[in-house]
Amino acid sequence: MKTLAELQAIRDRMKDTVNLRSGSGSIRAVVGMATCGIAAGARPVLAALVEEVSRLGLTDKVTVTQTGCIGICRYEPIIEVYEADKEKVTYVKMTAEKARRIAEEHLQGGKVVEEYTIGAVENA
Amino acid sequence: MKELSLNILDIAKNSVKAKATLIEIVIDERDGWRRLTIRDDGCGMPPEMVATVTDPFTTSRTTRPVGMGLPLLKLAAEQTGGTLKVKSSQGDDHGTEVTATFAIDHLDCVPVGDYAGTMVTLIQGSPEIDFSFTYRREGGDEINLETAQMREILGDVPLDTPEVLSWVYESLTSPA
Repeated sequence: MKTLAELQAIRDRMKDTVNLRSGSGSIRAVVGMATCGIAAGARPVLAALVEEVSRLGLTDKVTVTQTGCIGICRYEPIIEVYEADKEKVTYVKMTAEKARRIAEEHLQGGKVVEEYTIGAVENA
Repeated sequence: MKELSLNILDIAKNSVKAKATLIEIVIDERDGWRRLTIRDDGCGMPPEMVATVTDPFTTSRTTRPVGMGLPLLKLAAEQTGGTLKVKSSQGDDHGTEVTATFAIDHLDCVPVGDYAGTMVTLIQGSPEIDFSFTYRREGGDEINLETAQMREILGDVPLDTPEVLSWVYESLTSPA
């Protein structure tokens, strides 16, 4: 069992950086987490995205949030990426592996992973 | 839903939507029965909604008039010979309580699954809400997580900090 002392240690490490983190986040990555998303496998997709954003050191720039039903349930799990002055990007039929690639290539690298977008999948 | 923990995630999201400040999740296993309780202090539902809430054509979603959350949990319980009950109040004691029972040895009983992943997802999605999670296994083994207690230690470090979420996952999965 992880102890509360370890939680205290996390606090001591984090307390100086907290103010830097809040209020930033120019990119928002949103995962659909309604019944449809959850049943289709959104939980591991979200976990992979959160983990990868943290691992790549993007937490200042990228905020990962959850939302309800996006309305296109047959394409779940879905990740939507919002960035100021750019068109929204909708990634569909996500897996943990695909989410990691999006974190690295799009959220970090700034390049949309075209093959996972709804446009590409619809026309496939 | 392949695991009960996915139903839990789904139903607890209703509590989040009902603006709960505390969501309690208890899995209690004894005498061959698994009893799941999800209780919140949210806004509650009017009696006419409670009466039809396990009907797929009753929903709070706005994208279409079908909601499968509670119907799927009801199915998971009833296919083992168990039951689903929903109590709700909009009065001074406002809130909703969903209780589902499962015969653990029944062939159609879905596994509990990754309950730690569900708790991490809930906390990540609603770091401002308090969650209380208890899993009492047959034989007395008990796992417990209280975000209120975590908050006292963490001070102004938010619960959705990645390091904190990892701590949650590990504290719920590694043996005592």
